[in-house]
Amino acid sequence: MSDNLTLPAQQGSTGASTEALLKVEGLTKHFPIYGGFPIKRKVGAVQAVDNVDLTVGVGESVGLVGESGCGKSTTGRLITRLLEPTGGKIEYAGQDITHAKRKQLAPVRSEIQMIFQDPYSSLNPRQTVGTIIKSPMEVNGINPAGGREKRVRELLELVGLNPEHYNRFPHEFSGGQRQRIGVARALALNPKLIVADEPVSALDVSIQAQVVNLLQKVQEEMGIAFLFIAHDLAVVRHFSQRVAVMYLGKVVEVGDRDSIYNRPRHPYTHALLSAVPEVAMDDETENRERIRLAGDVPSPISPPSGCRFRTRCWKAQDKCATEEPPLVQISGNRENHLTACHFPEEPSIEARSEDVVMDPALKALEKDGDVPKG
Amino acid sequence: MSDRHHEPQAAVAGTSMGGAMDLGVDEAETLEKKPGPDGAGPEDRPRSLWSDAWRDLRRNPVFIVSALVILFLVFISLWPSAITSGSPLKCDLAKAQEGSQPGHPFGFDGQGCDVYTRTVYGARTSVAVGVLATLGVAVLGSVLGALAGFFGGTSDAVLSRITDVFFAIPVVLGGLVLLSVITSNTVWPVIGFIVLLGWPQISRIARGAVITAKQNDYVQAARALGASNSRLLLRHIAPNAVAPVIVVATIALGTYIALEATLSYLGVGLKPPSVSWGIDISAASPYIRNAPHALLWPSGALAVTVLAFIMLGDAVRDALDPKLR
Repeated sequence: MSDNLTLPAQQGSTGASTEALLKVEGLTKHFPIYGGFPIKRKVGAVQAVDNVDLTVGVGESVGLVGESGCGKSTTGRLITRLLEPTGGKIEYAGQDITHAKRKQLAPVRSEIQMIFQDPYSSLNPRQTVGTIIKSPMEVNGINPAGGREKRVRELLELVGLNPEHYNRFPHEFSGGQRQRIGVARALALNPKLIVADEPVSALDVSIQAQVVNLLQKVQEEMGIAFLFIAHDLAVVRHFSQRVAVMYLGKVVEVGDRDSIYNRPRHPYTHALLSAVPEVAMDDETENRERIRLAGDVPSPISPPSGCRFRTRCWKAQDKCATEEPPLVQISGNRENHLTACHFPEEPSIEARSEDVVMDPALKALEKDGDVPKG
Repeated sequence: MSDRHHEPQAAVAGTSMGGAMDLGVDEAETLEKKPGPDGAGPEDRPRSLWSDAWRDLRRNPVFIVSALVILFLVFISLWPSAITSGSPLKCDLAKAQEGSQPGHPFGFDGQGCDVYTRTVYGARTSVAVGVLATLGVAVLGSVLGALAGFFGGTSDAVLSRITDVFFAIPVVLGGLVLLSVITSNTVWPVIGFIVLLGWPQISRIARGAVITAKQNDYVQAARALGASNSRLLLRHIAPNAVAPVIVVATIALGTYIALEATLSYLGVGLKPPSVSWGIDISAASPYIRNAPHALLWPSGALAVTVLAFIMLGDAVRDALDPKLR
């Protein structure tokens, strides 16, 4: 991926502003690994996030998808500055916050908020709901008209909780309600950007929809930009105007939602989309395209040379090992649809003649009929 | 347990979510809390870890017995004259080693002092040493451990090595060496010594608890809000890390009482004319054949006291962390 490529803000049908709120360039996070005896020294690094470029426009919601361990959450935590970036640049509203200290960050903190994945560990079990939601205002010294308590009650009502539950403790709520409390806390300061780190993946499916709808309502009514990190493609499709696909610390494809979902180019995006479970009638299952990737994601400690996906890619050739594909708009892509691939797939999700099975052992098994298809 | 978990939440869901929430989600996760056994309704005070623990403790016979023993000990150490009329220092050599007599239920020791009075007055030393040493150890150990756990890195490495050094000092040998040079005959040198050697134990516990609590998302959430380190430590980490410290400190309290008796027995803790069970045990041990009662009563009191504190610590641990049971 080349350093100089920045994604233009999305120009989707929703008509969100093209002004960039958050601009990330070449963002890199390497976690050092120490070893050796008797003196410990750096023996390697987990390249969790490597040279990621990302832009989030004002009021825009960007989805960040990828499988476990691909660096999505690390990217989110770098942007909220919970982690110190190894390299690259994070610009918020034109201000460089890459290495800003706590005091310098103070004005920005109130504008960038985070929603966490696990509603059980993200709320302090020793504090009441009121205290939890009030604390952003306390920390930032904000006194809303009518007092903080009134504001907390408003927020509770906004996220669909009973304001009377002000004095309750988190363990008295269910997972979905706890996540609503987390949302209320994130909204307490009227943020401009919310980094939602898998906000619904820990929830029951029936409650996921409620929380996603709540987030969507908040996004639309309050004009808050979202960086929505998830591995659930259906949820991202529902929520995001633009989608970035990550693989092993890199963005491999990014574009408008419809472009990514209907005209994916990168083989990995194809594989991801084909893995989405779908409810289909019996006669339709025949047409389902399946791409089964072999093995595990390679270790981020020593990622493959060139294209990081080549070890699991069915189109990989010698070039993929030697040359890293840049994230560019390749021919056949729509505007703003960037793909990092030397040998992109056809821009369609039409069924293939045959499943792509990347694991020879699995294929042999299936031929014997031991493993049922689908 | 899990069926009761529904009750308060069902009420919550009914009012706010139209009952749509699926309560099954959080049955797997009950945190470290036990839901109230009497199914508290929404009007009840919200239950915290401490009120849950208290609810648990009130029903635990081990806790009730040990707490009663400890309350009694605290009472007689504050007002020993409430149950004795004599003075522990009023001795009559003519009565040395005599057995039980009316008004002197425990008999007399080798110096002709009333064993009952001395045993009652000895509680004050034990309780004072136990409580004050535990307070000192808990404060010093948890502050140092929390700082090491929270900041990590070099400060953690340095502190951990210092902890190891103190761990390596044998308690009794250290006591013989350090306390033998001190002439003051008060409880303070003993307390100081126990704090000096006891803090590493609490420090390690506190460090571990802080490291565990630090990783929770609510700490990250507070950090993302711009909270300062002191706010993170005091408001978010400390309340969630204090439970194991309290448990270990309560159990340690019993062992500190035993340690004071040991040091006094060896002649380096408190020295006569101070009144301490250790001194009495030491003084009575040569006459064990002639006057076993002079040895048995202070030893028995010591054993019951130590046992009471250790059992209290066990009960508190069970109540604070039901998962350990």
